[in-house]
Amino acid sequence: MSTEFAIILCPFLVAALILIFHRRLSKNVIGWVVFFIPLSLFIILTTFIPRISSGETFSNTYEWIPSLNINFTTYIDGLSLIFSLLITGIGALVVFYSIFYLSKKESLHHFYCYLLLFMGAMLGVVFSDNLMVLYAFWELTSVSSFLLIAFWHHRKASRAGARKSMTITVSGGIAMLAGFLMIYTMSGTMSIREILANVDLISEHTLFIPSLVLVLLGAFTKSAQFPFHIWLPDAMEAPTPVSAYLHSATMVKAGIYLVARFTPIFGGEMIWFWAITGIGLITLFWGSFNAVRQTDLKAILAFSTVSQLGLIMSLLGIGSVALNFGYSTESIIYTQATFAAIFHLINHSTFKGALFMMVGIVDHEVGTRDIRRLGGLMSFMPVTFTIALIGSFSMAGLPPFNGFLSKEMFFTAVLRISTLDIFSLDSLGVLIPVVAWVASVFTFIYCLIIVGRTFTGKVKPDIKERELHEAPFGMLVSPLILVGLVILIFFFPNIVGNYLIKPAMASIYPAFPVDEMTPRIYAWHGFNPELWMTIGVVILGIILYKFLKYWSRIYNWIPQGLTLNRLYEGFFTKSEDISGNLTNRYMNGNLTNYFVYIYVIFVAIVAGYFITSDAFAWNLFSGSKIDHYELILVFVMMFCAIALITAKSRISAVLINGVLGYSVAFFFVSFRAPDLALTQLVVESVTTALFLICFKFLPEIKREHSTKRWKITKGAISIFVGATVTIVGLAVINYEKFASISTYFEDSYNLAGGKNIVNTILGDFRAFDTMLEVVVLFIAGLGIYALIKLKAVKGDKTIEKSE
Amino acid sequence: MESLMVVLVGVLVSVGTYLILSRNIIRIILGTAVLSHAVHLLILTVGGLKTGGVPVLGQKDGPFTDALPQALILTAIVISFATTALLLVLAYRVYKTNGTDDVSELRGMPDE
Repeated sequence: MSTEFAIILCPFLVAALILIFHRRLSKNVIGWVVFFIPLSLFIILTTFIPRISSGETFSNTYEWIPSLNINFTTYIDGLSLIFSLLITGIGALVVFYSIFYLSKKESLHHFYCYLLLFMGAMLGVVFSDNLMVLYAFWELTSVSSFLLIAFWHHRKASRAGARKSMTITVSGGIAMLAGFLMIYTMSGTMSIREILANVDLISEHTLFIPSLVLVLLGAFTKSAQFPFHIWLPDAMEAPTPVSAYLHSATMVKAGIYLVARFTPIFGGEMIWFWAITGIGLITLFWGSFNAVRQTDLKAILAFSTVSQLGLIMSLLGIGSVALNFGYSTESIIYTQATFAAIFHLINHSTFKGALFMMVGIVDHEVGTRDIRRLGGLMSFMPVTFTIALIGSFSMAGLPPFNGFLSKEMFFTAVLRISTLDIFSLDSLGVLIPVVAWVASVFTFIYCLIIVGRTFTGKVKPDIKERELHEAPFGMLVSPLILVGLVILIFFFPNIVGNYLIKPAMASIYPAFPVDEMTPRIYAWHGFNPELWMTIGVVILGIILYKFLKYWSRIYNWIPQGLTLNRLYEGFFTKSEDISGNLTNRYMNGNLTNYFVYIYVIFVAIVAGYFITSDAFAWNLFSGSKIDHYELILVFVMMFCAIALITAKSRISAVLINGVLGYSVAFFFVSFRAPDLALTQLVVESVTTALFLICFKFLPEIKREHSTKRWKITKGAISIFVGATVTIVGLAVINYEKFASISTYFEDSYNLAGGKNIVNTILGDFRAFDTMLEVVVLFIAGLGIYALIKLKAVKGDKTIEKSE
Repeated sequence: MESLMVVLVGVLVSVGTYLILSRNIIRIILGTAVLSHAVHLLILTVGGLKTGGVPVLGQKDGPFTDALPQALILTAIVISFATTALLLVLAYRVYKTNGTDDVSELRGMPDE
């Protein structure tokens, strides 16, 4: 087995082992056992860096369902390596943090099992080359996210948040599956690399644009892009380590991964550019705008994540323009947006992970995340304050933190794209830098809110000052490592650029020379427009923060009924009502109605097929000749049948049924079936006796008071059903396409040692059928016994009352 | 003969259906019994009637009638007997529990 398989399988395996052995593992140990997994995976993956950065890729194929073109192909290139390092690296830190964050009373084995499940699924997403395998892992991340959000499932909000995230991401996933199937139809292969090699084949196809849109739906729902972002704030009901891991660093970036992965296929299309850049910018603005109004620290971070994901998305959109031009020395400049996107992706994971952990610490130590009740924590929790300060200022785009570098690159990209004259950018392009700048102002404001409202000012009276103290060291380790990275990346950005981002660029732009796409990142560019934009953001941001209470009432202007959450909830309650009403209308508990549905559908389909295909060509007078006594039997049976309907008393009805049964036995005799005749005689006698015994306990048949209309309907349905069966029967006896297989059984003496052919079929040739028939009889016997003997549950008087 | 038998089967199926659509539970059970008679005859008929002797070796030399439908029907007779017996006991139990043998009165609470 190759290393890649082992890496994907390892978390699943350990998750299973934890479930099996969790009783033997002490709650103090379980976290450390789990911590070992992402840590060792991270170390193994770092050994790939030198070879990947020199341009190598690794691929392994394991045939899974070759007949359907589904192979478990792993593929490691620059892009998947970055994601896998984030998954395992942040994963290790989050597990370490969880060891100290989660109380020992929680069901830790479930928590770590879900977390490992997610880790394995996410690694599967980024390492899979096969579309179907990628899809399977993709949905598995949604499922594990659902389980983790609902970890405290006794809380209603947790369950609602979990359901919402599941609904939105899985519907997007299904759209993506449809897109994948379209791509498969166009290209004839499930392998992403083979699709890339034949991209010319599919770009002219009529399904190209629909598949593009569907794949984007999957990416946008997963990465919480507007208007699908509403699940992310509700997902904050999850334990904070989960929010730090799934809902800021990894799972929500799966959409970004997908867009980056498919950029070489779809990039260069106008709709691809505008969908990603447009939606990304709207998300960027809407997320940052809404983050300012939140009062829960985690909600601020959730909206800030939405906004930052929008930023990365829009950068990927801008970067895809380069593919429209093809490779040239001018077009290469636009690939820098993609470079900035990946760079910001890494930076965002560092500072946002640290911020989430910081919020977890505040929540853990103070007992609230509400900024209206927090304040003045700076002197009690200096380390936590430092973490918050570095994380927030990096997110706000200030030096000397890594967020500053990627934010400057973002400004460069939006300024550059606004001067282009393709894709109607000459008219709309000027909006892009404006939106980006406004969104950055709001980003700056909520960063100030996070730090200012939590750590400065006075301690609110309802928080007891003497109990406030710094978090235990174990909880501080992970966020300190992350903020350490925030600063380190600022001072040594080109190491990240050369070793991680450069090979990723090679996978997004396979046709471009990779060295020209790797800019050197400098903190100081001189007084260029980007720097002036940042200075403007800072000045306006501080002013707006100071006067927040004067202008914050603009948030009340948005009508409550029109918010996306209301629409989402309204949609669900409405559809539940409608489907409930609809179902109640036809599933009304009346057995007769259900029979009517069955019969009508049977007649409609079978008779309808005969009529539409005009299959009435048969000879009525072929076959064996009719004997006189058989004719008499036929008329006796028909007469009895009609008499059965009109029978007034139950005794006569049962006797008439007996006559029918014995007539059938006579037919069996006449049709050379002695075994059947004997069996039928016995069974009919016993059945009649059974009916008569039952009458001791059941009342006489009442006259049915039914309307004339219902009687006619009933009669019509019965006649149609009978006619349909007649048609089928006539069609079958006139159908001679296949030779009979029965001659085989006529050799029964040699094959099975019996002279009675029917008996040999039952006892030898089809012995399993007979055995199962006996089982059915046995089960029926058990059921009968239970129904007769079983008494109602003790104390439940409502059941036995009517005796 | 086969066509005549198929018509008879059609009549029996109609009667069975009519009985199953009634409200009385005994009539419904009778309906299923009639329906199984009809189906047994149908299976035998579509296999071809009186095409040879009794399918037992050593009595006469062939041809024999088709033994396969007979084997199928033998199974079906037994199973339909089991079904009828179970339904009868179920009817007894339902009547004992709910005090009615009318399926339209056996519906659950209207607000369910």
